[in-house]
Amino acid sequence: MEILHLDQITPDAVILWKWKFLVLNATIFYTWIIMTLITVGSWLVTRNLSTETVSSRWQSLLEVVVVGMRDQISEICQQESDRFLPFIGTLFAFIAISNLLSFVPGYAPPTSSLSTTAALAICVFIAVPFYGIWDRGLIGYLKHFAEPSLFIMPFHILGEISRTVALAVRLFGNVMSGSKVVGILLSLTPFLFPIVMNVLELLIGLIQAYIFSILATVYIASALKAREEKEGLNTGPIFSSSSG
Amino acid sequence: MDIKTLIGMFSIIIAGMTMFVGSIGPALGMARAVAQALSSIAQQPDEANTITRTLFIGLAMIESLAIYCFVISMILIFANPFWRYVTSQ
Repeated sequence: MEILHLDQITPDAVILWKWKFLVLNATIFYTWIIMTLITVGSWLVTRNLSTETVSSRWQSLLEVVVVGMRDQISEICQQESDRFLPFIGTLFAFIAISNLLSFVPGYAPPTSSLSTTAALAICVFIAVPFYGIWDRGLIGYLKHFAEPSLFIMPFHILGEISRTVALAVRLFGNVMSGSKVVGILLSLTPFLFPIVMNVLELLIGLIQAYIFSILATVYIASALKAREEKEGLNTGPIFSSSSG
Repeated sequence: MDIKTLIGMFSIIIAGMTMFVGSIGPALGMARAVAQALSSIAQQPDEANTITRTLFIGLAMIESLAIYCFVISMILIFANPFWRYVTSQ
């Protein structure tokens, strides 16, 4: 059961409910569902946490996820991950769950609409100066735009904008191409092959969620203060401010 | 041939050519990157974590080029503004 027709490339075009000027399309509807899933799920799990050696399996699951995120973030940023965890973690959870649910019949991933991914990318676009100013002050943050010389400043600004567009289009293209390929295969070879592609889509969806959050972390880390390299750890900032 | 036929024909031809050119370049680039990363991991298995993460970021950068081409060919086929303009008349 596909709610998207083959000639519709975004779930924005699927209108579920309409009342005067209020229009509820599939993107907004499934975004709400994912938001409720994440919020209620996390609330249910963290309601009674235990510090004993025996903890519930859901608590163990969340602990693994959160500890993994903290390790990755602090490895890239070279500092404590507490400030970045809420933002990056929410991005990852939202994108991962929205992509992983794509095997449910009648579901269209909200990330396969350009408006959702553009909104997420704009969040990153705003978060970069936010964390930069928090970390090194307004003057210090603005100074890094004119770092080698003042003439390089337009290119810095252009890079900020183009990498935001790249972030949005990359996620949209990957998820949209997945659902489109499955839809086209469904009309050609119905039984076995679409399932194989669906399984591949689950993998690609998770990798895209990872890449989106890692890139957001790298962009934020590029706006932070340059840290002195620790002894024996030669992991500098990986990509300072690359746009692709 | 009238303008409608021309627009439809060229949209499909250009969509195919976009995918043709736009997938060869990133494929070669990604192949080089993965080969280099594999030999680096074979030489220094301790650094596998950092190498893998950097590899993923680089692959995402390269892959976005192919994704741009894909999105453009999808727009040409499914959401072509010129086609919509011609057919609405």
